[in-house]
Amino acid sequence: MPTEGLIAAEDVLLFANAAITATSQREFHSDADEQRLSLDFLHAYMLGNYRDLYAAVLALDINDHNAALIIRHLLATSREATEQQRRTEGLLIASRFALLPPQRGYALVAELRKAKVNNRRTRAIVRDWLAARPDLAFDAVKYRTGVKTAMRHAHLPAPDAELGDFLFRPRARARFTAPLLETWRRAHYEQAAVFELPFTVAEGFAARHGIARTAFLDRIAPRMTRGERLRLQESARERGATAVLADLTGMPLTRLAGYVLGLPPDTRVARRAELTGALRAAARRAAGPEAGTWGRVTAVLDDSFSTHASAQKRRRPLAVALATHFLLDSLAGTYTALWTSGRRDALLAQPYGATPLGERLVDALETRPDRLVVVSDGWDNAPPGMAAEVLRVWRERLDPDGRVAVVHLNPVYDADSFDVRRLSPAVPTAGIRDAEDLPSLVGLARFATGRSGLPELRAHLDTRIAAFLAPAGAAR
Amino acid sequence: MSTASALRLDLAGLRTLPAQVWGGVRLVPLVRDEPLPGLRLHQELYGDGVGVVRVAPHTAYVSYIPHGFVADWGAGPAASYGTLLHGAHGTPPPVDAVPVRFHRRMVRRTAKHRLRFLPLHLALEGYLSLHFGGPSIAWEEWSQQALRRGLSPRVEEAYCGAEVRGLADALRVFEIHPGQCGVLLYTADALAAAFAVPHPDDYRALHATLVQDLYGELVHHYALLSAPVQDFAPHLDAERIHSTADLREALAEQRRQWADFHTGTMAAGLLAPQYTARTAYRAGDFTLSRFLPAFVPRTEAHIGEAITAPDGRIAYLKTFRLSESQIRRGHLLTHLAANDWHLARTAAALSLTPADLTARLSSASLAPLLRHRPPQRAR
Repeated sequence: MPTEGLIAAEDVLLFANAAITATSQREFHSDADEQRLSLDFLHAYMLGNYRDLYAAVLALDINDHNAALIIRHLLATSREATEQQRRTEGLLIASRFALLPPQRGYALVAELRKAKVNNRRTRAIVRDWLAARPDLAFDAVKYRTGVKTAMRHAHLPAPDAELGDFLFRPRARARFTAPLLETWRRAHYEQAAVFELPFTVAEGFAARHGIARTAFLDRIAPRMTRGERLRLQESARERGATAVLADLTGMPLTRLAGYVLGLPPDTRVARRAELTGALRAAARRAAGPEAGTWGRVTAVLDDSFSTHASAQKRRRPLAVALATHFLLDSLAGTYTALWTSGRRDALLAQPYGATPLGERLVDALETRPDRLVVVSDGWDNAPPGMAAEVLRVWRERLDPDGRVAVVHLNPVYDADSFDVRRLSPAVPTAGIRDAEDLPSLVGLARFATGRSGLPELRAHLDTRIAAFLAPAGAAR
Repeated sequence: MSTASALRLDLAGLRTLPAQVWGGVRLVPLVRDEPLPGLRLHQELYGDGVGVVRVAPHTAYVSYIPHGFVADWGAGPAASYGTLLHGAHGTPPPVDAVPVRFHRRMVRRTAKHRLRFLPLHLALEGYLSLHFGGPSIAWEEWSQQALRRGLSPRVEEAYCGAEVRGLADALRVFEIHPGQCGVLLYTADALAAAFAVPHPDDYRALHATLVQDLYGELVHHYALLSAPVQDFAPHLDAERIHSTADLREALAEQRRQWADFHTGTMAAGLLAPQYTARTAYRAGDFTLSRFLPAFVPRTEAHIGEAITAPDGRIAYLKTFRLSESQIRRGHLLTHLAANDWHLARTAAALSLTPADLTARLSSASLAPLLRHRPPQRAR
């Protein structure tokens, strides 16, 4: 039945868009509760109707929040899965679980424990995941409660007696032989030992010993992770701690764009060469072999006030737009960027003003590109609905053959429509989380015009699953 | 006492841009191509509590007054003051009782080129003090209280913007345009308030104060009961478009159509009628005045205050939409005053019988003025 197939394909795309963008956090237009309620409904709906497709979405570039939710829901309803589904699901869950950052992995186990999901499959997956952790002693120090919960929940014995004592009977031993555990014990009494611990753990001990923040930051700097250093660099500089220096060259593109947008404009001007260089380098790395192959590209980038998002997701949509700008710059042969505010200097982007998308689209179409990429939250408001009209008339009258490939990428999940907001039915819309995923999203977006049915989508998902599971299979 | 003069509101210099809709609230931005020179506004916060303003000897105006505006027409270019936190020593400690703050007069000069006034309360007080003195001739129909104390105590009710459903959210998600100096606020597509300032920076600083302003009963009920209002979605005629230049022209045409439709139809109730204005203060070349409408029952009516530049352009505007019962009270009082408070003559002027007029007065809660009150109608 083709209609049913189309509906299923539409549902899956809708869910994929949600799973890429939604984080159950407050957005500009809706609060956290609305977002969470809307997303929870979508998960329940997909799980109930298309279980295998629901699991298959794990192979796409969805965000960690949704990956954890999917894993939790799949494990909680193991009994409903058929034998065949169980096998694919198991592989997908194990592979995606391994990709979760450790804090999210431990949080997921805690959630499973809270929901009293403790079937054999869950225990096996947690066991395998813990066994694959590179350094369990390090995890035990840094995510102490998480490791304890995971071991308890999966009924696992500690890998060695010392670690077991460390977690469950910390006072049982006078000293530990493992160096990190011993450092942790000494840090209770000795200030010098604090600075050999991971940053987050040391922070607690520093407060306990009353170590001044500036001195602490200076001495703990070598122990910080890349993200911590990027996050704390500015506040450390304000306090006069000079040792915290983030190396911008290795940063992922969107993270870097977020960091740049957090800097005040005059700092951005002063460090222009450094920041632009880092962004360009990150974009080149993300573009990889595809660099320079996209021909003439024009981008319409939203920097209206709504890209400010919320206190939880500060300037996230704008960061995605800025990262996309640099990525397209390296993907394209000839590249033109048009910001909705009319700004020319991308580095100084700020959430400001209304969203005259219609006008910018006309400007963009006038450049006669091969490809037009729109990055916007879809709230076209000056005037509302003009972008849809411009795109409709363009398709009907000026470009009936579809020479210009138009794609809309939306970084914001709209709780009311259970999807990202669309600009126009004539143009495919895809959710986007990190600008780095752009090439694969453009591939997924072609299903979104409603012309391709479920078989094509299923084939696409199968290739993605095969590609996703390949390295895991090869390792075994 | 200042003299009354006729006034017609004219939004010259303020361009209308496309509206932004959130639920039942529609906000229409007004943009100046360049700021009006010579005048700046900023806010002065008074915190929560009751404000008491001494408006005349033995007469006080009591209301919730969260903030006042300060107009500054001194030195030429100046930065926006933004929000000034209460007092110089941080916020005051919380108190058990309702704090009461006393203001001297609605409009007061605080420094050489600086004027403090209480926005909207200035206009409301103008409405409340309408024929406040009561009957000018002691006709026998009027009660002793009316003759001795006039209309005192004269009370009107209004809602704080925070209680108007959806207004706070609509203002939060509204995207302020570059150069925006004003906004027209609609609930369920009824014009609720107009607000304009001389400089875009002032607007940016004062945008959020709209949620602390007063709104009439009508605005509150419309916002509460309204279904979400629709966007005016543009429609381009595909047949007439052959190139991107045509497309651009069609876009501009749509903008013009909306602006004309808005000024000609949606805002007509505010812009078309004639108002009676009274000057409250002359600040250099600028004139602060408050205005009252003609009080025609079953017609949209706004009261408000405006600062006008020497060339007649509006530098500052703030209006309050009267509800139907408030219009009716104004209507009856103006007609009574016009006929020297003579009941029979007023009734004749309104083509009513005196008994009908007394019934109307009492249903407009003006019954305490009458010596012999008509019997309450059975409910």
